[in-house]
Amino acid sequence: MLSLIGIVIVVIGFVLRINPLLVVTVAGIATGIASGLAPLEVVAAFGKAFITSRYVAIVWLVLPVIGLLEHAGLKERARAVVAGLSAATTSRILLAYFAIRQITAALGLTSLGGHPQMVRPLIAPMAEGAAENQYGELPQSVRYKIRANAAAVDNIALFFGEDIFIAIGSILLIKGFLDQNGVHVEPTQLAIWAIPTAICAFIIHCTRLLLLDRQLRAELAQKEKKA
Amino acid sequence: MITLEHIYWLTGLMMGGVAIVNWRDWSNPRRFNNTAFWGIYAITFVVGSRLPDLTNGFLVIAMVLVASIRGLGQGKQESATREEREASAQRWGNRLFVPTLTIPLITVLGTVLFKKITISGAPLVDIKQVTVISLAIATVVALATGMIMLRPPLLAPIKEARRLLDAVGWAAVLPQMLAALGALFAIAGVGNVVSGLAQRWIPLDNPFVVVTTYAVGMAVFTMIMGNAFAAFPVMTAGIGLPLIVHKFGGDPAVMAAIGMLSGFCGTLMTPMAANFNIVPTALLELPDEYAVIKVQIPTALMLLGANILLMNFLVFRR
Repeated sequence: MLSLIGIVIVVIGFVLRINPLLVVTVAGIATGIASGLAPLEVVAAFGKAFITSRYVAIVWLVLPVIGLLEHAGLKERARAVVAGLSAATTSRILLAYFAIRQITAALGLTSLGGHPQMVRPLIAPMAEGAAENQYGELPQSVRYKIRANAAAVDNIALFFGEDIFIAIGSILLIKGFLDQNGVHVEPTQLAIWAIPTAICAFIIHCTRLLLLDRQLRAELAQKEKKA
Repeated sequence: MITLEHIYWLTGLMMGGVAIVNWRDWSNPRRFNNTAFWGIYAITFVVGSRLPDLTNGFLVIAMVLVASIRGLGQGKQESATREEREASAQRWGNRLFVPTLTIPLITVLGTVLFKKITISGAPLVDIKQVTVISLAIATVVALATGMIMLRPPLLAPIKEARRLLDAVGWAAVLPQMLAALGALFAIAGVGNVVSGLAQRWIPLDNPFVVVTTYAVGMAVFTMIMGNAFAAFPVMTAGIGLPLIVHKFGGDPAVMAAIGMLSGFCGTLMTPMAANFNIVPTALLELPDEYAVIKVQIPTALMLLGANILLMNFLVFRR
């Protein structure tokens, strides 16, 4: 039971919005000590785990080129392209990105998206640009809402698309674990049974996206009345 | 052969550059904090593989202290005014998209092609890490394309990287810290304690209750660990296999596939999955760090409900 102390610390820390790096470090050290490691052993275990997880940070290598292109007007260009399409609305752009992202992920092309390389430089400015076309200059709160939605689309489409591809990490993990426990399943079976949930995800989230245009319109009308 | 280690050197080089640009930026009131933070991070990339675990541990703690005591700052000046950027966008037009789209294109091509390229018998890149290495190579190609096209000053890319990385701030390191926390949870056996609690407190003699417990347990435990991969073995060994498969005769493929996807519903709702949920709020400059999670929660809950029903109908269908 004592080893759950780390979870308690993390929950309290996130609720109180204390710097998450500090919260996670304290939680890690407390968990290690509660499970009987010496303090220096905990620090070493933490260092080792941090070093072996460095691959998570490789995505930051996109920043020099994205920054360079932003400096040259990439986001402004993305908005201008949308301005030329009269049929483009925030909902429709995010819907199109959702469909492309989910289908390509299901084909194993999970690296065709991502927040630093696609959402920040292209998708979010396009979604914002479409709303600007319709309603003119947007208040910050509406911009934030559109951006948060763009980020969510990338996540949801990825998560519920990738498991249809048989060589993805999670399917291999499932197969490996079940094999160890003497239960044998084919990767294709696992992929097929991921399809019903993928369809539900598409229906649920795309319905919410369709309602987003209406929400934005209502929110902007209200703001105008106040002003 | 190109391995992950080479990519780490490249990342370390970039982080080191970011530290130096910060050091020389007088407009940032906390420039030394930023320099120390990104500088130490650079060290963990360049020599981390050769340092003892304990030294690495202390380097990480030093980074955390720099980021949480007084915190990191940000330089004042934007790199270009909106008018300048708009003029430049007019001038370059759609050609600006070329380097951006190079990144996913080369990553995907690399993932497929590098497996086939060998030089005198040895593969060109480490096959096990082919996606990550392809991504890194793609960024280099994209940067080269951008440099040739735009002809900016030589140091522009690192200055721009600094601008973006400081906008993200400490959140850039959070995913890695959480992975480290997950490893400590595993050492301490947190998973077994949690599934033990579930088995003791929930009536598990009704198939629908068992399916619901398994799916909700996957989501909740994923929220705690920040990762469905960590939750899956624990919940499946604790509840899935003994009860759904062995006791009630459910189909293990359906259980595992939908169980994992129930875990992904949890991923959408937790700040512990920082690279998906917290980092984008920093990247998109949102003031509320939970803004993305708030958008995702309704979809995640509805989908979790759908998963429970789907599993209940499909797992016992024969």
